[in-house]
Amino acid sequence: MEELRTALTVGFAAIFTNNILLVYFLGMCPFTSVSREVKTAMGLGFAVIFVMTCTSLLNWVAYHYVLVPLELEFFRFIMFIIVIAAFVQFVEMVIERFSPVLYANLGIFLPLITVNCAILGVSLFMVIRDYSFIVTIAYGFGSGIGWLLAILAMAGIRQRMNTANVPEGLQGPGITLIIAGLMALAFIGFTGVLS
Amino acid sequence: MMTVVLSVLAVSSIGAGLALLLVISEKTVGNYGECTIDVNGEEEIKVQGGKSLLSVLTDQKLFVPSACGGRGTCGLCKLKVPEGAGHLMPTELPFLEKDEIENDYRLACQVKVRNNLSILVPKELLSVSEFTAKIAEIKDLTHDIKQFRFELVEPDRIDFTPGQYIQLKTPSYKSGIEEVYRAYSISSDPADKNAVETIVRLVPGGICTTWLFEYIGLDDEITMNGPHGEFHLSDTDAPAIFIAGGSGMAPIKCILHHMKNMDIQRPATYFFGANKVKELFLLDEMKQFEQELANFKFVPVVASPEEDEQWDGETGLVTDAVRRNVSNAAECEAYLCGSPGMIDASVKVLGELGMAEDKIFYDKFA
Repeated sequence: MEELRTALTVGFAAIFTNNILLVYFLGMCPFTSVSREVKTAMGLGFAVIFVMTCTSLLNWVAYHYVLVPLELEFFRFIMFIIVIAAFVQFVEMVIERFSPVLYANLGIFLPLITVNCAILGVSLFMVIRDYSFIVTIAYGFGSGIGWLLAILAMAGIRQRMNTANVPEGLQGPGITLIIAGLMALAFIGFTGVLS
Repeated sequence: MMTVVLSVLAVSSIGAGLALLLVISEKTVGNYGECTIDVNGEEEIKVQGGKSLLSVLTDQKLFVPSACGGRGTCGLCKLKVPEGAGHLMPTELPFLEKDEIENDYRLACQVKVRNNLSILVPKELLSVSEFTAKIAEIKDLTHDIKQFRFELVEPDRIDFTPGQYIQLKTPSYKSGIEEVYRAYSISSDPADKNAVETIVRLVPGGICTTWLFEYIGLDDEITMNGPHGEFHLSDTDAPAIFIAGGSGMAPIKCILHHMKNMDIQRPATYFFGANKVKELFLLDEMKQFEQELANFKFVPVVASPEEDEQWDGETGLVTDAVRRNVSNAAECEAYLCGSPGMIDASVKVLGELGMAEDKIFYDKFA
C-alpha cells in the first residue's frame, strides 16, 4: 500500500513538479521542432508516453537482473541506449504490420524518439533515485504524460501565435524557446505541492 | 581484467540477442510476401513487399521523379494510388493539396508496399528510360561548380524538352552511404542527342556532389534516368526574363540553345547573379548567345565585387538588377531557377513590378 502511494506521488510529481521537459529540459529537440500543430504534437506525445513507460521498465529489469548481479552498473548508459534503440525498432515493425492506422498516426515519430534524451533520462533517473519496479512504471508513465502536457501546451500557444505579430528576428525557434522558458517558470509554481 | 572481459561479454551478448530479435522480426513480422502492383490497369508487376513504392518502381525500371532521393522532402514523386496505399502519412500532408488527397494522390516514397495495390502513372513517366553513360568531359567553372558532359552509351540517344532534368544514380561509394538518386537540370544543346551536360555545385557533405567531384573521373561509367520535369519555355511571344545564379544556369542555357535552334525571336533577358566576379562563368557562351539570338541580353550581376576585381557591370542582388532594368514586367514571362530563397525573393520582386503569378515559372532546387 505504501509503495502504491509512493508510485502515485512519483507519477504525479513527474507530470507537474518534476516535469522532465520543463524542469530538466530534456527532450527539447522534438519539443521545438514538432510543436507547430496540436494534432502532430499529440501523436508524438502519445508515442513518448508509450516508449518512456516500456523502456523504463525494460531498463529496470536489465539493470537489476543483468548489470547489478554482474557488478557492471557503470555500463548502464550503453545498455540503456541499446535496449531503447532495439525496442523502438521492434515496436515500429509490429505497429506497422498489425495496426496501419496507429502507424500512420504514431509510427513515424518512433525513430525520432529513439534519440530523445528524455527517454534515456527517465531510465537514468530511475536508477539514481533507486525506484522500485512499480514506482519506475509510474515514473515512466508520469514523465511521458508530463512531456505530452508540455508539448500540447506549446503547440496550442504556437497555433494561436500564427496570428500574432512576432518580431521578425524572434520568429520560429527563438520565440519557441522564450515561451518554453515562461512555461518552465509557470511549472516552477507547482513546487511545494508535493513534499 | 576480469571486469573488462565480463563487461564486453555482457554488453555484446545483450546487443547480439537484441540484434537477433530484430533480424527474426524482420524475417517474420516485416515479411509482406509477394505483392502485385497494377499499373494503369494495363500491366501487373510482381514485387517483394516491405519497401517503399518509389524504390519498388525504380527496381522495376519505372522512374518516378524524386529530387530528394525518397526522403519525403521534395514532394515530386506524387502518384495516384486508388487502391491499397493505406492511410495517409503525416509526412505526405505538406505536399498534397486538398483535391489531390480527395483524388487518391500519394507520395510514392512514403507509401510502403504491404499488399496488392493499383497505381496510375502518367504516360510521360512510362517513357522515362535508364541510361548508361560515360563521363566525356569535366570542366571547372568556379571553385565549387563544374560542368559534366556524359556521353550516352546504352541507349545512345535522348529526347528531352529544354528545361527538364535527369536523375543520377549515385552508387554506394563509401561505407555507410546508400545508393541514392539526385536530380540535375540538363544544360546541353537539345539538338545534341547523344550526350547530356549538367552544371553541378559542390554541396559540402552532399552524397552525389561529393561523388561527382571527388570519386569519379573521365571515362568512368555512370547510370542515370530521365528526362523528368515540367519546367519549359512557353509557346508565346511574351518577352522572357530569366533569373538564375550558380548551377541554376543549367536549364536556362539549355533553353537558350533551343531558342537558337528554333530561331525564336522573342525578346529575352537573362539576369545571372553571383557574389564575386570570380563566381561568374560561361560568359563567352553567353556573349555568343547575345550575338546569335537577335533579341537576347545577358545581364551578369555581382553582389559585392572585391576592390581588386575589375567590374563595371550591375552590382547588388540579382533582384535589385531586375528592379532597375525591367520596366514592362506586366507583359513579360519569368523563368527562375535556383535556391528556394532566390526564387521566393524574385517572385516577390516580379509581383511588385506588376507581373501576374501565373506568368512566373520556376524550377526550385529543393
